Amino acid sequence: MLDNFNNLVSQFWPQTMDGLIKGSIYALVALGYTMVYGVLRLINFAHSEIFMIGTMGSLVVLTTLGISSPVSGVALIGLLMLMAVVGMLASGGTAVLLEQIAYRPLRKRGSSRLAALISAIGASLFLAEFFALVVIPWLFDRPGQGRNIIGVKRFMQREELFTIGNLTVTNDQVLVLGAAVMMMILLDLLVNRTKIGRGIRATAQDPQTAVLMGVNIDRVVRTTFLIGGAMAGVAGTLWLLKYENTRFNIGFLLGIKAFTAAVLGGIGNVRGALVGGFVLGLVENYGASFFGSAWLDVVAFIILVLVLMFRPTGILGESLQVARA
Amino acid sequence: MKIGFIGDLTGDNAAIVIPPRNGAQLAIDEYNAKNPKVKIELVPLDSKADPSTAANLAKTAITEHKVVGIIGPAFSGESQQVQPILEEAKIPSVSPSATRTALADAGMQFWHRVVANDDVQGPAAAEFVARAVKPKKAFVIDDKSAYGQGLGQAVQKALGSSAEVQTDSFEATATDFSSTVNKVAAFNPDFVFFGGYYAQAGPLLKQLRDKGIKAGFMSGDGSLHTQLIEGAGAEQAEGALLSCPCKIAYAWAAQDENSKKFTDTFKSKFSGQLPEIYATEGYDAASAFIKAIEAGNTDPVKINDFLKTVDFQGLGKQVKFTDKGEVEDKNVYIYQVKGGEIVSVGNSTEATIG
Repeated sequence: MLDNFNNLVSQFWPQTMDGLIKGSIYALVALGYTMVYGVLRLINFAHSEIFMIGTMGSLVVLTTLGISSPVSGVALIGLLMLMAVVGMLASGGTAVLLEQIAYRPLRKRGSSRLAALISAIGASLFLAEFFALVVIPWLFDRPGQGRNIIGVKRFMQREELFTIGNLTVTNDQVLVLGAAVMMMILLDLLVNRTKIGRGIRATAQDPQTAVLMGVNIDRVVRTTFLIGGAMAGVAGTLWLLKYENTRFNIGFLLGIKAFTAAVLGGIGNVRGALVGGFVLGLVENYGASFFGSAWLDVVAFIILVLVLMFRPTGILGESLQVARA
Repeated sequence: MKIGFIGDLTGDNAAIVIPPRNGAQLAIDEYNAKNPKVKIELVPLDSKADPSTAANLAKTAITEHKVVGIIGPAFSGESQQVQPILEEAKIPSVSPSATRTALADAGMQFWHRVVANDDVQGPAAAEFVARAVKPKKAFVIDDKSAYGQGLGQAVQKALGSSAEVQTDSFEATATDFSSTVNKVAAFNPDFVFFGGYYAQAGPLLKQLRDKGIKAGFMSGDGSLHTQLIEGAGAEQAEGALLSCPCKIAYAWAAQDENSKKFTDTFKSKFSGQLPEIYATEGYDAASAFIKAIEAGNTDPVKINDFLKTVDFQGLGKQVKFTDKGEVEDKNVYIYQVKGGEIVSVGNSTEATIG
């Protein structure tokens, strides 16, 4: 037991840093779950594949430009921007298309929420398999190898920025964390300060009244999917930067974790996704440090259950609607 | 005459099942090219690594395709389900890659494999580490699978007296290994062993190296795939050691003329693909059947009787089966990543690393 405490203490700062990095990616993906849930009360299970498509979109930029060695300075900023934009377009575009094909027809027919959920699971499986069988072999010229890991050559040199005790902070860590937090702040402003955001909040609060007030629900839903998808696209770019690999099923585990983060923070709540992501990332790494990595998921889900026991609506509670409507 | 091949040809593990299928195909094509009296046809049956699917496929193979033998099933789980079906139908099978030890203890008369079982690799790999690497502080990681854990424990046991050992394990689905990597960094070992598969070994190795951990890295046959280098990056994978109770043809191409020839033919036939792990075993399994058919046996029971006495130098090893259907050759070979490629460093009992 004492050993376990020693582990936790000696590894505390590195585990904290890595937990926050992991958490920031959870949070970006969690946004897609939380916003769609807020507006439609639908758990969009295919969102994990939207993230995967974001990594693929970003990867296409790298392969098209033929980047095989690290770039720096303005070229790096330009490259990252381009990767993020293409990733966002790929993810956002797929999310909008998905809504159009898999969810809207069901909604128009007034089917039960369960039907939409099944549709979401089906779409998730379809997208992953479609990419493994068709898109990845074609896009990256890998016939018959759609299920393999795609490694990415390092495109940003890693440098140590500073060291405090046993914590070494590197430039990629700062970039991932900074970019994720910046995107969250931008999104928060979008939801709370703009006309589009007002439409989203109104729909989340009361769809019927929103229609009567002149809100075009279809457009709001489409915008929500677009924004949520775009955030997953950014997450995809950051994933490639940090982990330097992707695969047709890369979104599977991350999707589960991001959904957990959304519930932990308060599903439907945009700021909750950020808090949930960071808390989950940290708890996982502290738990793993103390009990061993085999216990990582056990610890994470015990915390989830405990939080939901005392705060059934998550840490920040409730959804888009009540949070400053 | 038809021979079936049962294995995961389109699922998550296809990267290690397609090579033995192609290896078997190659052996059969070479045989058919000689214009023999009876030609052989390989019937690929895709089990997606699901045991019950494999069982159904085995029944289809017997009733519809009227096969005289089965190469496979590729994995242990599906082998266990298929064993009794083939036994009852009196159809012989030779698996290129199912390594679970217990498979040989079921008392089957028609079951064989051309790969040594799990009990062979773990201790041999561990002895190699203790002899050639001589770590003072070792960190053993596993993926909690029956295979990975067994391998990790064998290594841990062998190092127990000579080195200080710490362990950690994670889920076989994990993609971020930061918590494990931080543990390794805090322990500061000179050697890291991973029991698990290539899909995780590559990213794990990359994350270790990115944390500044320079300790030697080793893993077993589950990670012996060029996908390890793809996932880790050539620079990070450099020097990584791998063990396998098998001969990887392309890694042996420099030392062994037959392996070189096999690699070249394989690459030209299958659009430049390398004969990855178990391609050699697929070839040897098919060769065993071919020898039986060449000797004039056309009936499954006769073929099985022939397999009991078969004894020939295959591509990867001497193919000779024990009463239980195990292959007698128990050599384990060590491989290393050098310059972005997997090369052989020899038999585990004598290999040294520079």
